[in-house]
Amino acid sequence: MLQIKNLSASIDNKKILKGLNLEVKAGEVHAIMGPNGSGKSTLSQLLAGKDGYTLDGGEVLFEGKDLLRLAPEERASLGLFLAFQYPVEIPGVSNLYFLKSAYNALRKKRGEEELDAVDFMELVKEKSKLVEMNETLLTRPVNEGFSGGEKKRNEILQMIVLEPKLCILDETDSGLDIDALKVVSKGINAARSKDRAIILITHYQRLLNYCEPDFVHVLYNGKILKSGGKELAFELEKHGYGWILES
Amino acid sequence: MKTKNHSIEELTQKEYKYGFVSNIEMDTVPAGLNEDVIRLISAKKEEPSFMLEWRLKAYSHWLKMKEPTWHNLHYPPIDFQKISYYAAPKSKKSGPKTLEEEDPEILATFKQLGIPLEEQKLFSGVAVDAVLDSVSVATTFKEKLGALGIIFCSFSDAVKNHPQLVQQYLGSVVPYSDNFFATLNSAVFSDGSFVYIPKGVRCPMELSTYFRINTQETGQFERTLIIADEGSSVSYLEGCTAPIRDTNQLHAAVVELVALDNAQIKYSTIQNWYPGDKEGKGGIYNFVTKRGKCKGHNSKISWTQVETGSAITWKYPSCILQGDNSIGEFYSVALTNNFQQADTGTKMIHIGKNTSSTIISKGISAGHGQNTYRGAVTIQKSAENGRNYSQCDSLLLGELCGAHTFPYLSVNNASAQVEHEASTTKIGEDQLFYCRQRGLSQEDAVNLIVNGFCKKVFKELPMEFAVEAQKLLNVSLEGSVG
Repeated sequence: MLQIKNLSASIDNKKILKGLNLEVKAGEVHAIMGPNGSGKSTLSQLLAGKDGYTLDGGEVLFEGKDLLRLAPEERASLGLFLAFQYPVEIPGVSNLYFLKSAYNALRKKRGEEELDAVDFMELVKEKSKLVEMNETLLTRPVNEGFSGGEKKRNEILQMIVLEPKLCILDETDSGLDIDALKVVSKGINAARSKDRAIILITHYQRLLNYCEPDFVHVLYNGKILKSGGKELAFELEKHGYGWILES
Repeated sequence: MKTKNHSIEELTQKEYKYGFVSNIEMDTVPAGLNEDVIRLISAKKEEPSFMLEWRLKAYSHWLKMKEPTWHNLHYPPIDFQKISYYAAPKSKKSGPKTLEEEDPEILATFKQLGIPLEEQKLFSGVAVDAVLDSVSVATTFKEKLGALGIIFCSFSDAVKNHPQLVQQYLGSVVPYSDNFFATLNSAVFSDGSFVYIPKGVRCPMELSTYFRINTQETGQFERTLIIADEGSSVSYLEGCTAPIRDTNQLHAAVVELVALDNAQIKYSTIQNWYPGDKEGKGGIYNFVTKRGKCKGHNSKISWTQVETGSAITWKYPSCILQGDNSIGEFYSVALTNNFQQADTGTKMIHIGKNTSSTIISKGISAGHGQNTYRGAVTIQKSAENGRNYSQCDSLLLGELCGAHTFPYLSVNNASAQVEHEASTTKIGEDQLFYCRQRGLSQEDAVNLIVNGFCKKVFKELPMEFAVEAQKLLNVSLEGSVG
C-alpha cells in the first residue's frame, strides 16, 4: 500500500529525513517510535502534504501513485488520513457540518452519492458511541474549547467516519489520561481491518499495550535505525533510545 | 525540489454575475448639477412645493460643503458636473402603470437578476419594490399589504399620495444638512422606497427593495424612509447590483428609519454593486448614509449588512437611541477583494435611559483589499445605565490586503457599561491544511472557514437571505486563494 524509498527532506535547509525506507501493507499496524526531533512529525506531515518541506530525494508510492506530487485533498481522496498531533480549531463551523462536508467531498471524488443530513447524523451517532464522544461536541465549533482528550477523540471519530485506507496517527496518545487513552485505543482497534493499514507514531510504549502493532520501527536522526516486532517496544521502554545506538 | 506550494496569494477572480447591460430606452437629464436640474427633477416627478423647497435648501447648503477626507479611502476626485442626476425608463414618463404594461425589457432585466416581478412567481413572503436607475419601476403585493394599512410604495408615489407623512418624517433622522453625500442626495434624489407600518401591525411578509443601476454616467441617488408606528414591526431587505463598466459610478443613497414606542425595524442589506475588475478598474462608489431613530420607548432597530460589492464603500448604518429602553444593533460582514476598499461601521448614540446596543463587525480582506471598521459609541449624560457591546474581527487572506479598526468611545454617564473586543487573524495555513487533509478542496476550505467567521452575522439575516448571503460570499471569494 505504502512504499517509502530513501526519503530525504529538509526544512529551512535543515535536513530532517535522511534516507528513510518503509513499506506498509494492507492489514498491518506499524508503530514508529523515536525521541524528540528524530523526524516523526515531519514524516507524517510530509506524507499528508503539508507545505514548507523541501524534498531532497527519494520517493513515496501510495497504491502505486507518486504521493508527493499530489495535493493534500487528492491524497485524502485516495484514502490517506492523518490524525493531527495538534488538531486545529475552526471557529463558527460546527463539528458535524465540517465532518459532513469532508465525508461528502470524499464520496463525490469517488463518484458516490452524497449523504443527506439525516442519514449522516445517524452514521455519526453510531460511530461516536465507539469513542464515547458526547453528542454536544458534534454541534460545537470544530475543536474550539475542546479539552486535549476531546480533540484526540474527535480525530479518531473523523477517522472512523471517513474510513480511510491508510491511517497515520501522529502522537495521538500524547497528553491523554489513562481513561482517554483506552477510549482512543478502542477507536483505533475498531479501525483495524485487513484492507486498512495503520501507522502509529508515538514516544511511548504505553499506547502499544492497547493497540498491538505488527511491526515496531525506531526512527532516529531521520532514518529507521531498527525494526522488529512488538517486543522491540518493550526493550525501548526498558533501556531507552540510547540502547539502540550502542547496540 | 520544493513540495507543491499552494500559496494564498495566487489570485484569480470569478466573473461578476450581474454585469449585463439592459437595452431600455431612457429619459436622461444631461450631465451637470445646478438649480435648474433640481427644478427639472422635481417637475418631472410632479412634486408638491415643499419638496422642491427642501431640495433647493439642501442644494444651497451642499454648495458650501466639502467632500469628507477623514475616511481611509483613496480614489480620484469625483467630478460632480460629469454625472447625470436623473435617468428613467421612457415608458415611465406617462405616470404609473400596472405591471402588465411595463416594458418587457425591464421585466426581463429583473428576471435575469433573479427577481421576477410577477407576484405569483415571487418566493412567498417577500414583497418587492424594484428601482432601476432613478425610479421605482414596480412594487409588488401592494394590495395585500394595503388591506392591513401598510403603505409600501415608491418614494415618488408616497410624495404624491401621502405627503403629510413624508413631510413629517423626511429629514427627521438624516437632516438635509447632515453630510456632503446625504445633502447631495437630499437635493437630487429621484426615487426609492417608502414604508409605513400602522399602529400595532406586524408586517406579515419581508419587504424588499432591489436597486439596479443600468445607465452609464448616471449617479443613483435613492432615498428610503421607513416608519414603524407604535407597537408595529417590519423586516426589510435591500439588494443591489450594477452592470460591469470600466468607469466608476456614484451611488449616494440615504435611508431613514423611525421606530415609535414599542416598534421594531429590522433592516438587512446584501450589497453586491459591481466591485470593479481585478486591476481595480471600474466599480461603484458607494457613499451611503443610513440611520435609524429609536424615537419611542422600548423600540428596536437592527441593521444587518453583507457588503461584498462596490469599488468603494463608505457607509455607517447608525442608531439614535432616544426612547428609554430602546435597542440598537449592527451586524456586519464586509468583504474586500482585489482592489476594493471599504470604510464601514456604525454609530450608536445613546440618549434615553437603559438603552443598549450591540455591534458585531466581521471584516474580510483578500487580494489588495483594504477594509476599515469605523465605529462610534456615544453614551450621553442622559443615558442612565446605557450599555454597549462591540466586537470587531478582521480576517486576512494573503499578504497584500489590510484591515484597520477605528473604534471611538465617548462615555458621559458613569452608570454606563461599554465593552469592546477586537481581533485580527490571518486565515491559517494550519486551518487550510487541516480541511484539505480531510478531503476538502482549497476553495471549499476557504469558504468553510470564512463562513464560520461570519456565522454570528449570517444568523441575523432572514432565513431565505442567509443562504443567499453565504453563496454570494463564496462567489466573491472564488479564486481568492490559489
